Amino acid sequence: MTGSPTASRPGTGGWSLAGINPVWPLLAALVAAIVFMNPGFAEPTGYMNFLKRAAPLAILAAGQVYVITSGGFDLSQGSLITLVVVGSSMLTDNDPAATAWVIPVMLAIGLGVGAVNGAIVCFLRVPSLIATLGTMITLNGLAFLWSGGAPRGYLPDTFRFFGRELIHDVPLVRFVPVSVIVLVVVVGALAWAMHRTNLGRMVHAIGDNPVAARLAGVPVNRVRVTAFMLSGLSAAIAGILLGGFAGVSTDVGTGYELEAITAAVLGGAQLLGGRGSVPAALGGALALTAIFTLLNFLGLPQPVRQVVQGLILIAAVALAMHRRKRTGT
Amino acid sequence: MKLILSAAGALSLSLAPAQAQNFNDPEEFAKQQEQLQAQPNGPEGEPWLQYIGDGMVETGDLGIEAPATVCFSNAGVNNPWRVVGFTNMTEELANHQSIGEFIHVDAEGSDDKQIADIDDLLAGGNCDVMIVSPNTTAALTPAVEQACESMPVIVFDRGVNTDCPVTYVHPVGGYGFGIEGAEFIAGELDEGDNVLMLRILPGVDVLETRYSAGRRILDEAGLNVVGAEFTDGDNARTKSIVEDYLMRGDIDAVWMDAGATAVAAIEAFEDSGYEIPVFVGEDQQDFLRKWEEEGMTAIAPTYPTYQWRTAVIAAARVIEGEALPGPEWVLPQPAITEETLAEYVNPAMPPLHYAMCGCETMETYPEAWGGN
Repeated sequence: MTGSPTASRPGTGGWSLAGINPVWPLLAALVAAIVFMNPGFAEPTGYMNFLKRAAPLAILAAGQVYVITSGGFDLSQGSLITLVVVGSSMLTDNDPAATAWVIPVMLAIGLGVGAVNGAIVCFLRVPSLIATLGTMITLNGLAFLWSGGAPRGYLPDTFRFFGRELIHDVPLVRFVPVSVIVLVVVVGALAWAMHRTNLGRMVHAIGDNPVAARLAGVPVNRVRVTAFMLSGLSAAIAGILLGGFAGVSTDVGTGYELEAITAAVLGGAQLLGGRGSVPAALGGALALTAIFTLLNFLGLPQPVRQVVQGLILIAAVALAMHRRKRTGT
Repeated sequence: MKLILSAAGALSLSLAPAQAQNFNDPEEFAKQQEQLQAQPNGPEGEPWLQYIGDGMVETGDLGIEAPATVCFSNAGVNNPWRVVGFTNMTEELANHQSIGEFIHVDAEGSDDKQIADIDDLLAGGNCDVMIVSPNTTAALTPAVEQACESMPVIVFDRGVNTDCPVTYVHPVGGYGFGIEGAEFIAGELDEGDNVLMLRILPGVDVLETRYSAGRRILDEAGLNVVGAEFTDGDNARTKSIVEDYLMRGDIDAVWMDAGATAVAAIEAFEDSGYEIPVFVGEDQQDFLRKWEEEGMTAIAPTYPTYQWRTAVIAAARVIEGEALPGPEWVLPQPAITEETLAEYVNPAMPPLHYAMCGCETMETYPEAWGGN
């Protein structure tokens, strides 16, 4: 592949000592099955399309894993994606030059929503599940109000560049989608912050035991708000990629928050905090996308596909849990 | 009461399998195929006033005084089609002096809420005429029957399993929609060519009939249906599905049961470096615009939003005691073709504006519909 998953693997830190995270063999098995079903997948067109498609979810999961590791949930990610896509189409108003200021505005909205989520959790003492559920409903309403229920504009090609365009004539792989570059940069930065900086250690500490963390001098509230802000930022970036990939629609983000949580858990993150890895969440997002792709290729009828998808998810997470118990990590 | 409930339960259980089969009813298919060809009655160029068939109902003896209050129980305004339709309806109200007050309640896509809404409207005692756009057919039938006991009722879009309403306003229907797209594909392609069918979701009557009719025609024409996939109406998923199919083999035509994600499907061909094949979309502006820009071979069957105007017109006629088409007011259901494309494409309108709205001549067009 592009080398991104392997390059960032050292970031798994203590994990890799206890054995390989089961998400990687799972991903390898799924990719092998897809290649077996459809040899075209081994060509650049095949796997680059796959990475392009997985990029929004992977970025989202990398942000979500901060909140999960800190002991919370962020359910507002999906509706934030919708708000970003709808808002961008309203603000750009078919003007290609507007992209230059609309994207920073959207990133700021992502950070802002994250900060509000964090503040509600920290200062109003609302559990994150409820706080972000509230934000989710509010943001959905805002997106609806803003657009009047139907998108009012197109996204200019300059905006769609990030989610849609390819960079051609790249050695070895022929072409690289811009979204894959965004994926590598964003997930790389989030992985670095999580596993190589003090912030990451503090996020783990407050998720593991907030009281102990506070007594040890960790600024619990500040760290928690930062985690939510990074999650919001990741949702804004995912929204920019999704809007670019497929254009405007008013339900583009629906369900993404749960997929992101699933991806993080597939990567071994512990719900209720204390453990989580950005590279493994990336692996989880790729595995989840691979499951969808594989089921598409198998050509099973939709109801069968949903049953299989649900069972694979439960089995994969159960496997991850079992392994953790055994290795004690 | 208990007995009635259990009897109703048993009845609905016994009806359920029968209804599931009804999605592929050869008689209804033949009827709608004929209606597509029929010459409608009524003023030419104003399809929202036209009707297929000759049945009329008299309303002179209903004894309602103008101006009267019309109550509207709406299944929802939860998708762009319904947004455009509801705008048509609101603007049409301005044309009718006989409608004094218009009370709108939005069920937000929930059967339970709509049943409660109708109850509340009846209990409020302010309504003289009721318009119902049912969320689902079977669930809303008892509520509509109850409303019929107190006042004249007009049903439109999806139907109910009772003939108590004054009239049921609807275009030709789902089979007709499926037929128009599939016949176009069958005419453009050769036997054995590959067709991909994209559907929104399973189990919705109006969409199932579109699919069964389309599938029947494609199969009869000897075309090879490479897959029938559910997109959930999601652009990203649609694009992914089409990209996956393109990796497995050629596609000569795409049939869709609704056009909201048509542009995403077209982009999948463009971004993968393929020629755009024969396409069936719908009357959304984004699809029409793409069709014109790329010079595609395409057709846009419609499920016209002008039926929302017709529902108001029917209510006004009931108040004024005039005769109106009934017990079913079957509206014409034209498809947009290469010849008529230029009449409907309008870059000033929002991307998901449904062009077959019959609203171009209304006073507030295009601003009220979000156009410039």
